[in-house]
Amino acid sequence: MSIWEYANPRRFMGWTGRLVPVFAILAAACISVGIIWGYFFTPDDFRMGATVKIIYIHVPSATMAINAWGMMLITSLVWLIRRHHVSVLAAKAAAPIGLVMTLIALITGAIWGQPMWGTWWVWDPRLTSFLILFIFYLGYLALWQAIDNPDTAADLTSVLCLVGSVFALLSRYAVNFWNQGLHQGASLSLDKEEHVSDVFWQPLVLTLVGFVLLFIALVLIRTRTEIRARRLHALETRERMA
Amino acid sequence: MIRLLVRDLRLAMRAGGGFGLGLSFFLVVTVLVPFGVGPDSGLHSVIAPGILWLGALLACLLSLDRIFQLDYEDGSLDLLATAPIPMENVVLVKALAHWLTSGLPLTLAAPVFGVFLNLPQGGYVWLVVSLAIGTPALSIIGAFGAALTVGLKRGGLLLSLLVLPLYVPTMIFGTEAARRGAEGLETMTPLLMLAGITAGAIAMLPFAAAAAIRVNLR
Repeated sequence: MSIWEYANPRRFMGWTGRLVPVFAILAAACISVGIIWGYFFTPDDFRMGATVKIIYIHVPSATMAINAWGMMLITSLVWLIRRHHVSVLAAKAAAPIGLVMTLIALITGAIWGQPMWGTWWVWDPRLTSFLILFIFYLGYLALWQAIDNPDTAADLTSVLCLVGSVFALLSRYAVNFWNQGLHQGASLSLDKEEHVSDVFWQPLVLTLVGFVLLFIALVLIRTRTEIRARRLHALETRERMA
Repeated sequence: MIRLLVRDLRLAMRAGGGFGLGLSFFLVVTVLVPFGVGPDSGLHSVIAPGILWLGALLACLLSLDRIFQLDYEDGSLDLLATAPIPMENVVLVKALAHWLTSGLPLTLAAPVFGVFLNLPQGGYVWLVVSLAIGTPALSIIGAFGAALTVGLKRGGLLLSLLVLPLYVPTMIFGTEAARRGAEGLETMTPLLMLAGITAGAIAMLPFAAAAAIRVNLR
């Protein structure tokens, strides 16, 4: 019994079918409690006022936008190395979610930036690299759509994902070189004690966990859809042959 | 491999549109910029390095789909795949041929177009140097994009969408070097970074591109 057996499509459909509702309910609970807590039971920031509250959506969605690409990178590698179809379908399923997360991060950032920085958009390194990430997601999705043969599409998009990861990282540090930033430093990291005051930090962690669960639930649902679509396609082909 | 290079160069020159098209496109872009931003030559000298880099990049992009498409359609790519040289080398030679027919002439022509945009005196050397170092990276990254889209019927637009974000780091360091040169600042750091990207791209991307071509020929 190895971990790979869970990736067998039939088994995958079995255990994900039971887990999706659990993840979905937990995600809904975490996000709603976190947002209500953050919106109504935390004080206004002394400099930013009420606008600080957008952090409960902005930071989790930005985190997931990056981690979604990371997940796609891992599942693409698994596909290239071990040829598990479910793996590459999960990458395909994650891409639109990552795209939307990137968009949410960009839009909430713009809404926050307008009153705080006095502008919707600046060519700040972080903002710019998010825009570039957005274009990477677009290209990845466009390549999936353009190719008819599913295995060819899976191979090519996986290669693109690997190369894209290298260049996305390069761009991330190249833009630092290109322009000085307006964006504040990291809100969360493992090496420092405290970036955000505890009052804001606790609901933020809750919404972060909620977004992670939401992402997992959505990816599982979309992967299940992809598997069903694949089966339907196989059935139709068989029908036509007969 | 040398024969393949010579063959590609000959095809590019005789089929027309090899040297000429990219250069004319570069010229048109350069000519259109003053219409877009107005005739203020002070402004031109500020934006000249960036515009010239952008023009060169777009002109490079224009001829990317020719790298593999024609060979794919007439079957010579299948022959190359079964030939006793590795696919990685084929990619490298094709990218080199693309650079010789697009990147190199663009680099050499850039100072002439720099005159139109009132590029500051000290900027010419650094513009040429940065283009000479950076355009090989454009060709090899473009070859990777062309390898991904070679089997598609309407690959041109998709190719641009895939390749342009990959061009970001090259573009940043290239224009930075050219801009610093034009303003008389130190240029070594961006040039070294640019050279690093080019070297890394030449070292890694032939493998990725060859893998993509093998998938497309399956």
